[in-house]
This record gives sequence, C-alpha cells and structure tokens, in this order.
Amino acid sequence: MSSSQKISKTTAICALAAAMLSSTALVGHAQAETGDKKIAFSNNYAGNSWRQAMLKSYEIVAKKAVADKIVAAADIFTTADKEVPTQAAQIQNLILQGYNAIVINAGSPTALNGAVKQACSAGVVVVSFDGVVTEPCAYRIVVDFKGLGVEEVNQMAKFQPKGGNLLEIRGLAGTSIDDAIHTGILEGVKAHPEFKIVGSVAGDWDQTTAQKAVATVLPSLPLIVGVVDQGGDGYGAAQAIAAAGKPRPTIIMGNRQDELAWWKEQKAKDGYQTWSASIAPGVSTLAFWVAQQVLNGNTKVPHDLVVPYLAFTQDNFEAELPNITKGGVASHEYTQADAVAAINANAK
Amino acid sequence: MQAAAAASRATDMRRMIRAMLPALSLALVVAAIAYLNPRAISYFGFTLMLNLAIPIALATMAQMFVIAGNDLDLSIGPFVGFVCCITATLLHDTPGLGVLALLGCVGIYAALGALIHLRNLPSIVVTLGMSFVWQGATILLLPKPGGSAPQWLQDIMSVKTPFVPFPIVAAVIVAAIGYFGLMRTSYGAILRGAGGNPVALRRAGWSLLRAKMTLFALTGLFGVLSGMALVGITTSADANIGNGYTLLSIAGVILGGGEFTGGRVSPVGAVIGALTMAMAASPLLTFMHIPPDWQVAANGAILIIVLAARVLITRRDEAL
Repeated sequence: MSSSQKISKTTAICALAAAMLSSTALVGHAQAETGDKKIAFSNNYAGNSWRQAMLKSYEIVAKKAVADKIVAAADIFTTADKEVPTQAAQIQNLILQGYNAIVINAGSPTALNGAVKQACSAGVVVVSFDGVVTEPCAYRIVVDFKGLGVEEVNQMAKFQPKGGNLLEIRGLAGTSIDDAIHTGILEGVKAHPEFKIVGSVAGDWDQTTAQKAVATVLPSLPLIVGVVDQGGDGYGAAQAIAAAGKPRPTIIMGNRQDELAWWKEQKAKDGYQTWSASIAPGVSTLAFWVAQQVLNGNTKVPHDLVVPYLAFTQDNFEAELPNITKGGVASHEYTQADAVAAINANAK
Repeated sequence: MQAAAAASRATDMRRMIRAMLPALSLALVVAAIAYLNPRAISYFGFTLMLNLAIPIALATMAQMFVIAGNDLDLSIGPFVGFVCCITATLLHDTPGLGVLALLGCVGIYAALGALIHLRNLPSIVVTLGMSFVWQGATILLLPKPGGSAPQWLQDIMSVKTPFVPFPIVAAVIVAAIGYFGLMRTSYGAILRGAGGNPVALRRAGWSLLRAKMTLFALTGLFGVLSGMALVGITTSADANIGNGYTLLSIAGVILGGGEFTGGRVSPVGAVIGALTMAMAASPLLTFMHIPPDWQVAANGAILIIVLAARVLITRRDEAL
C-alpha cells in the first residue's frame, strides 16, 4: 500500500469521525446516543492519596456507565513516570486506539498542547480537569485555586485576628496549581497586612516531604501563628512542629483523612480551630460526564467549566471524617444529572 | 588453520548478531504493536507514535558522546528542559538573545568537560550538581508553565514528508550524522579513543583536554537540539518537561550496544535504542490494556525485559 493511500485512509477516518460527531449534534442531548462511544482517561500520576481517590471515584462511575451501556468503554491509563512527554505520547497512542473522547489530568497545562491539538483534529473530544490544558480546542473543568489561596488567608484572619508570622508550604515547583494557590495566598496577605510570610518551603503536596521540609526550616524561623499550604501537607507540618517542641500554630488543612483526624484530636483536646479545603478528587467523574455530554451532542457545554472547591469548617468536618477511608481524601462523586446541572449553571 | 578460520567466522557471526541486536529488539516491539493494534502501523500511526521519539533520540545521542568519553551525564534531562524553556521564551521573543543563550549552553558544556578533565573530577558528581543548577535556572526562567515555541520550529516538527513519516526520516538523519562523525572520521576515532584508551592517545601526542571538551560540547549541542525538537512538538514549555530524559537516554545508549567502559558506543544503535525505548514504554503499554494498578509496574517490566535480552546475548558472547 502506498503511503498516499494510507493518508487518504486516515483522512477518511477523521472525516467519518467528524461526520459522526456532527450527526449526533443534530440529534441533540435528549437521548443517550453514546452507547458505542469509547472514553479513555489519561492520568500522569497515581502516587498520592488524592490521585488514588480520584482514580477510585472514576473507576466506580465509569464501570457503572459501561454496565448501563451509556458508553462502550471507559479505560484508565496512568503513565509510569510523572514525565510530561510520556503523557503526550500516551495521548497520541489513545488517538491511535480509536477512543472518541479522552479525559485528561494533565502533567502540564501547556506542554501537552501539541498532542491535544492532534487529538482534536482527529475528531477526539478532550476534557481536562485538575491539571488542565490551555489548548483552546479542549474542555477544561476549572477549580478556582487562586480563590482557594485567598480564602486560606481570610480564614486565617478569623482564627488569628491579631495577625503575625505565617509559614507557607508550596506544592510541586513549576506547576500551574502551585502557582495559582501561591498567587492567591500572596493576594490574601496583601489584603490582610497584619500577616507576614516569614518562610516558604516546598512540600510537594506530600505529608512526608512537607514534614521534612518544615522540620528543616523551623529552627531558622521566628514564632509563627499560622501555616498556609496547599493540602496534603498539613499533617506533616503539624508533626514537624510538634517534634520541634514549638507552639502549635493554626494550620490550614487540605481535606486529607490524616489531617482531619489530627484536627479532630486537637479539637477534642482544647477546641482547636482551623479550616480545610481542597479540590474534590471526584471531579474526575464530572470530567467523565462532561465528555459523555459532549459526545452526546450537548452543544451548551462551555469550554471552561468552573466548579467550586470542597471546603470543611469547624462545624461540619467531623461529620465527613467517617466517610473518608484511612489515608484517603474527602471526595464527591458526580452523577450525570449533576454534570448537566453544572453545564447549565455555567452556560447561563 | 581450519579451526582458527572457523573460530574467526564464528566471532564474526556473533559480532554481527550483536550489531543486529538493537534492530532486532526494535523489530520485536514493532511486531508486538502491529499484533495488538494493526491501525498503528500506518503513516499516521508512526507519525504519532514516533514524533516524541525524536527528542529522545537526540538526547540519547547527546548522552552517547559523554559515554564514549567514559563519563556519564546525569544532567541531560534538566538541561533539555532548560533548553525547552529558553526556546519557548527567549528564542521566541528575542531570537538573537535566544541563539546566544543556546550557544552559551554549549559553551558551558565544553567548560564542564574541561573542568572534569583538568581537576580529574568524577563526571557523575559534577553533572549531578549541574542538574540542580539547570533545574533551578529553568524555574527562574519559567516559574509557571507557558511560553510558546517559535512557529518555524513547530512547522519543522510537524512537517509531512512524502512516503516515509517525518520521525523516521529524522531518526535516519540523526543516526547518519552520528555514524559518519564518530565512526568514520579520523577525529571521531580520537574522540572514542579518549574514552577507550586515554593513555595511548596521550602518548601519541593528542590533546585529551581538547577531546574531552569536544565530546562535552557535542553533548551540549545535541542536548540543545533535543530540547528544541521537544518544545517544537509540545508547542509550549514546562519546567519539569525533560527530567525523565536522563535515565531514558542512558538506557537508550546501553540498549543500542554502548558500554559504560568508554569508547565502545554505536550511534546507529543508540538511535535505534531510543526508538525502542520510546515505543516499548508508551504505545506497547497503552495497547496492551493492562489494569491501571499494574501499568506502572508493567512499564518497568517491559524495559527490564528489553534490556535484559541484550545483556544476556552480550554475556554469552563474552563467555565463548
């Protein structure tokens, strides 16, 4: 077979896919027309509690959707390393596998754009969440991470009205999420000049890393009244501070089971107060339903869908605690109806 | 006499098999992919599967030059990431400054070669240190992912060559340049000698310093090409984009028939090794439909199997 024939064959496939998409668009979203569609999930990392919860939620919802014949297949693919080029290659392979839609938790907002564009031009629907991609043809489920950072400082001002020194724990350096939360925290501190960030360490959203980093920096710091962080690092910080024999500051939590359990313990002891927030790992299931809706021809789906982050306060975190598995993180699984509601809310 | 001739023929045979081995493992991986997903074996399929193998092949070539000099570069991954960021920021906004910065990178590599040679430092330590320098510089340059690859670079990386997919054409060109430069020119022999038998080289009156600097500068040059190719494909940069290339490039050199003892490398093998690594790690794995919990381990297992096959045959070769 000559290669020109091969090219024409692939263009034919693309054209066919495009035709199928446009025909479903005409049908509208009244009825599930996605029974023969395949959705893949491209994930770049599975090594922490948040990601494990994300995969678990997705698996439950996707399996049920396949069993209910809403979609033909919903497979999960995780890259072996956290490397962005590996995920770009994975997306290209998923295009070759003939998936109709790819749900992505991206390792980089920008460095996958080449592969995402290839997917779009092959007629594949791309929905990104948590780690979103900036390529305009993709759909993004966005959490207001910057707002989360601002709110952390607002909450801190409630618990520490006199202000004082803060320690900031950052996430993985060079990522967009870390940058957004950090920007939000800086903005919050600007609005609350009674606070001053006196130290900043990289916790990589991981309790052990955070504990080591905080323990290293503590001796060089003045007295701190609060810790602002990015989730997954609050318990590690608490451990490090306790081990150093320093007074316990207000540590903002990130919905992890160990964090909330520690909070409960402290609250029982002396009424310790703090606040907890993070993006719900179950947002992966929202991404799944959004992909299904786009495949189903729902034309109202905006390319940027904003969803709220999941926050717990002094009054309601204890009720949530039993629902979280040990080592897990608070989550919320979305249903198809939730997704349609979220789409309609954003479309207005 | 006859026995000797037969023995030498047998040695030739083994040498042949050894030279063919990288190509053989590549053929096996391609055959497995063809079996699992026949659709992938097409112009479109190879373009998609292999275009990210171009930067890996270039990084592997870069690594091959230091390995030829009996050194190891643990900083090539972060260096490729640094080049990506320069390309997506400086080279895009102020081309003149960008070119200067990239040339400066090659210069730094040559200086590293001189430092390692003159102070007799272990290259692993120096390049490990440099990996943090590159990583830090990258985050300074691009604190959050972004930037944009110059349009001409994106056009080059997505060019549609007639009949044969572009990644294959690029791989052949890279392999040919490496082969003629290092294996067929007289200075190429000197460079390999700098790693294989430095004492003899010095006695013959060659400058080991110059050879070492040349080898490192070539590593820098191919590292720059790798980073540019990578960002040309991804269209935009990220500070952590290249980190995985350090180990991939070392594995590619070894898989392609190179050895850590210095002087024994094969540019053609290195490129084939890089392609094999790229295909075995991602497309093969994706097409095998392994449950998500096992995917990470399966990736490692594939790499070990591919590398072990080579070691097994090489060992038997030495034992005979």
